[in-house]
Amino acid sequence: MAFLAVFFVVPAATLVATGLREGGRWDLGTVGDVLTSTGTRRVAWFTLWQAVVSTAATVVLALPAAWLLGRVRFPGRRLFGASLIVPFVLPTVVVGTAFLAVLGPDGPVAAVGRTVGLDVDLRRTAAAVILAHVFFNYAVIARTVGAAWLAVDPSTEAAARTLGAGRWAAFRHVTLPQLAPALAGSASIVFLFTFTSFGVVKILGGPRIATIEVEIHRVTTQLLDLRTAAVLSLLQLAAVIAALALYRRAGVRRGTGRARAGLGALRPPTGAERWAAAATLVSAALLLAVPIGTLVWRSFDTAGGPGLAYYRALGSLRRGSVLFVPPWEAVRNSLAFGAAAATAALVVGGLAAVGLHRLGPRARGVADSSVMLPLGVSAVTVGFGFLIALDEPPLDLRTSPILIPAAQAVIAVPFVVRTLLPAIDAVPARLREAAGALGASPRRVWWEVDAPLLRRPALGAFGFAYAISLGEFGATVFIARADAPTVPVVIFRALSQPGALNVGQAMALSTILLGLTAAVMLVVDRVGEARVGGF
Amino acid sequence: MASVELEDVVKSFGRAPVLDGVDLVVDDGTTLSLLGPSGSGKSTLLRIIAGLEQPDRGRVRLSGADVTGTPVHRRGVGVVFQDQALFPHLDVGGNVGFGLRMAGVGGSERRRRVADALELVGLPGYEGRDPATLSGGEAQRVALARALAPEPGVVLLDEPLAALDQLLRERLLVELRSLFDELAVTVVAVTHDPTEAAALGDRIAVLLDGRIAQTGTAGEVIAAPASASVAGLVGQRNVLDGWVVEGGVETALGLLRADVRDRAGDVAVLVPPAAVVPDAGGLLRGTVRGLLYRSGTPVAVVADVALVDGSATGPTLDVLAEPGWRVGEDVRLRIDESAIHLMAR
Repeated sequence: MAFLAVFFVVPAATLVATGLREGGRWDLGTVGDVLTSTGTRRVAWFTLWQAVVSTAATVVLALPAAWLLGRVRFPGRRLFGASLIVPFVLPTVVVGTAFLAVLGPDGPVAAVGRTVGLDVDLRRTAAAVILAHVFFNYAVIARTVGAAWLAVDPSTEAAARTLGAGRWAAFRHVTLPQLAPALAGSASIVFLFTFTSFGVVKILGGPRIATIEVEIHRVTTQLLDLRTAAVLSLLQLAAVIAALALYRRAGVRRGTGRARAGLGALRPPTGAERWAAAATLVSAALLLAVPIGTLVWRSFDTAGGPGLAYYRALGSLRRGSVLFVPPWEAVRNSLAFGAAAATAALVVGGLAAVGLHRLGPRARGVADSSVMLPLGVSAVTVGFGFLIALDEPPLDLRTSPILIPAAQAVIAVPFVVRTLLPAIDAVPARLREAAGALGASPRRVWWEVDAPLLRRPALGAFGFAYAISLGEFGATVFIARADAPTVPVVIFRALSQPGALNVGQAMALSTILLGLTAAVMLVVDRVGEARVGGF
Repeated sequence: MASVELEDVVKSFGRAPVLDGVDLVVDDGTTLSLLGPSGSGKSTLLRIIAGLEQPDRGRVRLSGADVTGTPVHRRGVGVVFQDQALFPHLDVGGNVGFGLRMAGVGGSERRRRVADALELVGLPGYEGRDPATLSGGEAQRVALARALAPEPGVVLLDEPLAALDQLLRERLLVELRSLFDELAVTVVAVTHDPTEAAALGDRIAVLLDGRIAQTGTAGEVIAAPASASVAGLVGQRNVLDGWVVEGGVETALGLLRADVRDRAGDVAVLVPPAAVVPDAGGLLRGTVRGLLYRSGTPVAVVADVALVDGSATGPTLDVLAEPGWRVGEDVRLRIDESAIHLMAR
């Protein structure tokens, strides 16, 4: 809690003060100015618009996959469910770079366009941002709603049919209402992610394609206008809290069903269902494989044919490069920061989860939300808050090596809590009572019963936090020192420079980051904690 | 009201045949129990009648009209599911009124008919209750009210009472039966329990290995099973193997005289407990291994029943016990040949 206080509450409070105070007095003038400016309104409108469209598109596209996971028995079902999660854990910078490759003039979309005589370049468009958001969040909807669908008793659907409901009426009146809590919950999570999206928009967007998050970064680093940035952060914070409230409302109504179905509800597809299932599988595979495949291909596709030139260039620092350090050093930095951040997140998140568990499910409400808040407050806000709060005594940490891991840990903590809390809740109280009756002290009980049962979820949470930290961009870009950047920061710097070698290096580094993240998630999966992050 | 007719219904899942040519007629306004062990395909048959499954071959007729290709929601068949399948997102009134809503019955008319249906099943005023708060018996009644509310011509019940405890089950059985008679609705009830089948159905159809093995009244099927398998299914335990000889059947317990004019070769012999008579001068002996009470009647499980001058081992039979019998005691018995029944092996 002290960790969260120093590294989350202090920055947040400073943020409020910066936005609302002028020369030691409370002054709401700036707030009014910023909120009424047309620039702000345009950015806020675009942020809201793209978040709503992205969320709606994700829901529509991912629902068939949810149906597939919740209703259809087919070979490779587990693999399908597991591979869906890949985009969700990819670093935003990697997703952005991948979509640059897909949508750019050398990508597959342009190639398809040329065959019908169209010159397609979707870079720097809202469509690009929305597509990337769908790719990124597909798993959130598909897996959450899929799990809920699995829990819907199929005989309620059969009962509706015997009572005179057609296929569509049965879905609308019986299945959909039972999916509604999961649908609303996962959609509000997606809304939150897309509303506060930074890395994807920063790379794929342009001057007119900016979210509040991107705008905060721009006014801070280019205009040095901290007050405007602070007000924008507060505006975003308000929107996030509203979305979180909606998420909580949706969560409360979960699990009212009497009969819980399960894997037994899965049936092989029949007739037209076969086509629907095949179409869903193919489209999901395309959505997943095309961006990743294009990215990897482009990282080897050098001017002189396929080769490792871009990778070789990562080891050296070219004269006049904006990168300050050889890119390989960034890989080392990322791995080290990640280890520190994941350790801190596991300790803090673990303590928070134990605390929430002690509170019991009913008293949890507000405490739960406040732990979850960093999830929605957005990385840029955290990074920005660090920048302005921890820069003077007593807390001058600007040059401290703990700054980056601390920021990344704050961002990873909610995911750790989400993973650990259900696991702690799932330890049967009877086991603790039995151990107590056999003479174990409370401390002994924890050590002998809880600890062994929680080892696997804890390892899973650690790995997930590590993956988040590897890919973290929004906060890190604010506070990373020029001579100690992480991989996403270097990718971004390389992309912001012209030249095929720079772009190629970005593709190569993204592929490396992709590989690292995949490796970490593979280990997490092996450890056996499938429901990482509670999504 | 409506009659139900099945003609040569065949259904397989993958390569495994589940129904292998089922013919069945349920007359208008009568009740039929479909009795079969688990895996016999009885639930599949029910789902085919409802239209929830399509048969690979064969026809389904309701009131003489072929409905084989009619989708489930246009058949007007009420179904009570094994797990009740109450809609968790609707209250009891919403559940019971669902079929009426689908039929476009609205407002006060719907409210009245929902109230009537709940009254019918003995749960008046339950409209506002959340299904999750109902007891097992109440949930079962709500599921029944939901199926009955649109006034279907045919009601199908899938193991309707399997989830309930013994006492409640017997009470509901009697209630259900008188309710169905009162409504004069056509009913098909699927069950694996012979007691339930006998209590619910005017007639019983026994489904074995995907075919109808026997149909008849409860008395016919239970007292005179068509085969040893049917006898086992209806709970008859005293079944001996035998082979037809001149004037009777040769068994491990000697020659049993019987009418064997239509029989030849291997047969099975049903010896109901009432046909095994305690008799101090009887030619059979055995050892009492246990004493059970069925509905208050003492039944002795007698092991190693054999001829007095024969081998020391033999079959175990249920026998109506004499007062004073003790476990471990050796007793003498004889078989009342007028009460035995010959069946196919």
